[in-house]
Amino acid sequence: MSDYRVQVRVMPRAALLDPQGQAVEHALHALGFGDVAQVRVGKHLVLEVKAASREEALARARAMCDRLLANPVTEDYDLGVEAAG
Amino acid sequence: MKRVAVIVFPGSNCDGDALAAAREAGSDAYYVWHRETDLQQADCVILPGGFSYGDYLRSGAIARFSPVMAAVAAHARAGGPVLGICNGLQILCEAGLLPGGLMRNARLRFLSRPAWVRVETTDTPFTCLYQQGDVLEIPIAHGDGRYVADERTAAELEASGRVVWRYVRDNPNGSMHDIAGVCSTGRNVVGIMPHPERRNAAVLGGQDGARVFHAMEARHATQHAVDVRAVGDRHLRV
Repeated sequence: MSDYRVQVRVMPRAALLDPQGQAVEHALHALGFGDVAQVRVGKHLVLEVKAASREEALARARAMCDRLLANPVTEDYDLGVEAAG
Repeated sequence: MKRVAVIVFPGSNCDGDALAAAREAGSDAYYVWHRETDLQQADCVILPGGFSYGDYLRSGAIARFSPVMAAVAAHARAGGPVLGICNGLQILCEAGLLPGGLMRNARLRFLSRPAWVRVETTDTPFTCLYQQGDVLEIPIAHGDGRYVADERTAAELEASGRVVWRYVRDNPNGSMHDIAGVCSTGRNVVGIMPHPERRNAAVLGGQDGARVFHAMEARHATQHAVDVRAVGDRHLRV
């Protein structure tokens, strides 16, 4: 068994209104960053998982996302896995 | 007298009001702590408003795994009435007992003020004492009240008359189809974003929410579902 560091990125569904993203975008425009568009605000979770392989760590993390970490009605997620050291 | 279980999660804060409203309507209401696994022969279950688990991760996401929720799901599967108010609706959606989910209010602000909803169906255990089309003034108090569902689900809800309350005058949170409350396919699980328990007595500014609670007594009673009548702006048991 090895330790794997899993990074989970949870984002609001692309089709759904993201008022936080819009508010941040407006603030950036007000600060002079007029080149910014399509700002969206999500969540970033970092966790360590004990698993026999990278694939197993990924599968465990996916199960965690499907059960708890992301809501399939309102959010999408993607995962990154690396050996923890 | 019906037995009404009011579930208490860490962070619930409308449990006392829900209990008082149910008792005011004549029910034998009592608290059930979220770590319990027995609903104590409840006829009806209320998931009250509040901020269970501090709304960490997502509103209702952690509460839905509380031990008591297995019993609530079993009660719902058996056709027992379940009412989720505000955070209770969020928990029911997270638990998959109601379709859809709740997202941050469209204009981001936490809203605590009156709202107006129209009763869209009287075919639920909690709206059976209203008339379809009744417009109720009921307070809202939420930050994550924007109801969303995928288009197919939303179309199904509309086609099957499962939108129970809809915002009128204005939509405070940007919910799809102005939805303020929905019910399950079996119609026994009902969720509402506004707080009927905060509007059940004249001293609270009105009684528009009272019949949600009177309905729990009337529903299973041997008499008809109309033993509470609105006379002027008062709701009388007749």
